[in-house]
Amino acid sequence: MTLRFLSGGLTGGRIVMLALLVAAAILVPVLNLALPESHPLHVPTYAVTLMGKYLTYALLALALDLVWGYCGILSLGHAAFFALGGYAMGMYLMRQIGTRGVYGDPVLPDFMVFLNWQELPWYWYGFDAFPFAMLIALAAPGLLAFIFGWFAFRSRVTGVYLSIITQAMTYALLLAFFRNDMGFGGNNGLTDFKDILGFDIQSDATRAGLFAASALALAGGLVIAVAITASKLGKVLIAVRDAESRTRFLGYRVEHYKLFVWTVSAMMAGLAGALYVPQVGIINPGEFAPANSIEAVIWVAVGGRGTLVGPIIGAVLVNFAKSWFTAALPEFWLFALGGLFVFVTLFLPKGIVGLAKSAVQRLRRMREPQTPGRETKTPREMAAARPSEQAAE
Amino acid sequence: MLALTLLCAVFAGTVQAQSADDDLRARLNALASGGFDETQRQIDAIAATGDPRAAPALEALSEGDLYFRQSDTAVFIVRKEGSGYRLQDPLTLEDTGTAGRREVKKIRVNNRLRRAIRTALGTLTLRAPDPAARIEAADAIFKAQDVDSIEPLDAALAAETDTDVARHMREARAAAVLASDRPTQDKLEAIATIAARGDRDARSLLTGISNGPDTALHEAANAAIAKVERVQGLWDTARNIWFGLSLGSVLLLAAIGLAITFGVMGVINMAHGEMVMLGAYTTFVVQSLFRTAAPEYFDYSLIVALPAAFLVAGLVGIAIERGIIRFLHDRPLETLLATWGVSLILQQSVRTIFGPTNQEVGNPSFMSGAFEIGQLTITYNRLWIVVFALVVFTVLLVAMKATRFGLYVRAVTQNRRMSASMGIRTPLVDALTFGLGSGIAGIAGVALSQIDNVSPNLGQSYIIDSFMVVVFGGVGNLWGTLLGAFTLGIANKFLEPVAGAVLAKILVLVFIILFIQKRPRGLFALKGRAVDA
Repeated sequence: MTLRFLSGGLTGGRIVMLALLVAAAILVPVLNLALPESHPLHVPTYAVTLMGKYLTYALLALALDLVWGYCGILSLGHAAFFALGGYAMGMYLMRQIGTRGVYGDPVLPDFMVFLNWQELPWYWYGFDAFPFAMLIALAAPGLLAFIFGWFAFRSRVTGVYLSIITQAMTYALLLAFFRNDMGFGGNNGLTDFKDILGFDIQSDATRAGLFAASALALAGGLVIAVAITASKLGKVLIAVRDAESRTRFLGYRVEHYKLFVWTVSAMMAGLAGALYVPQVGIINPGEFAPANSIEAVIWVAVGGRGTLVGPIIGAVLVNFAKSWFTAALPEFWLFALGGLFVFVTLFLPKGIVGLAKSAVQRLRRMREPQTPGRETKTPREMAAARPSEQAAE
Repeated sequence: MLALTLLCAVFAGTVQAQSADDDLRARLNALASGGFDETQRQIDAIAATGDPRAAPALEALSEGDLYFRQSDTAVFIVRKEGSGYRLQDPLTLEDTGTAGRREVKKIRVNNRLRRAIRTALGTLTLRAPDPAARIEAADAIFKAQDVDSIEPLDAALAAETDTDVARHMREARAAAVLASDRPTQDKLEAIATIAARGDRDARSLLTGISNGPDTALHEAANAAIAKVERVQGLWDTARNIWFGLSLGSVLLLAAIGLAITFGVMGVINMAHGEMVMLGAYTTFVVQSLFRTAAPEYFDYSLIVALPAAFLVAGLVGIAIERGIIRFLHDRPLETLLATWGVSLILQQSVRTIFGPTNQEVGNPSFMSGAFEIGQLTITYNRLWIVVFALVVFTVLLVAMKATRFGLYVRAVTQNRRMSASMGIRTPLVDALTFGLGSGIAGIAGVALSQIDNVSPNLGQSYIIDSFMVVVFGGVGNLWGTLLGAFTLGIANKFLEPVAGAVLAKILVLVFIILFIQKRPRGLFALKGRAVDA
């Protein structure tokens, strides 16, 4: 069944991306661990961690593309799901510290001792077990998304309104997690992690392992996304995106389709967050900031909305640029990011992947004996012509 | 004849003052002689004169700065200067030269004397010429429940002409009576007086009494506490409403421009907060110009800043509309991204030009200070902002309902194509509407610069709230924005005492999310075909 879905959705670019991800999952750790540091092909550990971080961002972008690109739901709150997954992982990592914390309490994390708490709050139970923590990393964002979506989609909150209340959701969570009383470390969040599954979180091998896990998770996420979008369900989603009322009149329960893909997307984002936290070593309420969610949207837009491969490319490229700018020209990063937002929305509505596709098509047309005059269209005109296609939204 | 009488009166007055002067000076000088007991007698005598001019000398005595000259036992307030002392006349406070270390001697005090001095000072200040000082003195006695002050208070009350001051004194006297061993009847009267005061201090005072042994007092105190609590409850409600109105007016100012751009044009302008910020920075620049060029007219700087901020933000808004937004009609979600980009660029530009730190924006004199209505303190800047928000709202409402431009804007809102067919230049209307919305945001920035930090992040803190207000109130309806802003503001302030500031905000956000489920188009939804656009 799945295979049939995949055969429909696995186009050239997607196969290449999957192959790249699997190859990276194997090759990068090998190049990092097996080769001596002097070797020209050696990959330094900091680069492994950095790329691992990009890959978790890419998974977040993929999750966002699933709802925005295929279902027309522009979520400005996906960072909330990402951060919830991250907090679940962070709670597991906190429990692993044990007596090695500053206060040496075998059960309570440092910040609870500091706040003079006597016992572990009930919602921290079970987080010493890795499988449970991973379950929650998926279930917590999934449940939040399910409840939120259940209400929102049933009431037919759409478009701009939905975007704004998703933003309100992540903002409310941001404020909530800032509170010390919540029992998630308040302002400082969770940090000072020691080890994961018994491996030292700082060691090269663990970091390489986390990178491989991120690459494989992203590959897995891509397979799931392809399976969903290539199925009949995926076609309905696209119909919802392009003409929601019409789809409803045709007899489809639009809200069910939306709710399904919304929840899957949130869980994917939660997984990304869970992989992100051990690699950066901290999770704090800042991850809930609405600005983070909006930034994730631009990764999708840069790569190409509704292409699945595009968001992965976009997330890695934009974050690579961010790392480079903040190191070399910190003053200009916001100018560059702001300019990117404007440029991409105005001139690249289909993103990098869209640009590449149209370039390929034009090459083909030029090679074959073509209808005259077609290829003289400039990219600007094509961009200008596109809004009319989407006006139906 | 009349002149002669006047002259006589003046002369007599001077003589009288002269003799009082001498009398007081003699008493002050007497402080220098004798032991602690003698000194205390003198302090009481000075207090009995009720002459406020003795206060500085007594204060100096309490702090060990009152010395006497060995040669003639004249008393001075001294200040150490090098190896010697600088002398100050204890009454006139005039400089009377210096003295060597051995020429003067400190008048020693102990703790008992310090207490006596405090009481004496309280009595003296009860007669101070400044009513505010008298009220302060009475309140100090009220807090201390100073039994010894009852008699001085009685004396001061007899002489008091200001009813407000007299009320404070009666309350102070009642508090002192409660602490004294006076008969129950007096104390019952005192309880009634304090209950009438009805504030927090009165309540804590009465709570102390209600635990006492006397049952009659007990009941009276409990009844009084209940009364005070009722009054308190009313004032708390009034306070919450006022704070809510104040917060609501801030929200209204921040959101009203958005109500135009978002509501009328359907454009999600994420750079709206930055328009507010631009307005605030314009205020800063205008004020800097005033400071250097014409500091004496500083109070007028805001009046200049208003049109300047409107122009700056409005022009930037028009530039954004012409440069970006007009290409993105029919793609509302993507204008969101593009304008977010613009907001990042604007923030960073301001950060590059003015630096990342907060800028100092001054309050003109008419906006500083506060006044009190009962137990409610109202600061002038908050009051002006409420007034200003309502004025801006009214002007905008009139502009939309009663002008030709407003008519065009409403026509374009309701049906763009039809308006264009009727000869309305929709691109021009779009640009001007966006400019108007942005300009209003700039004006809001002028007002908000008075109560908030002017930093590059100023706009960020308002953008989410503004969207909440507009979405809650209903897009495209100014009344909805007004109602939404004040509802959210007051709801927030009523939740705050119960839940705490952060939780209150979270609850309001959750409420809005739920409210949108019930009414996906806000309180006042546009009817008709425009809804599906």
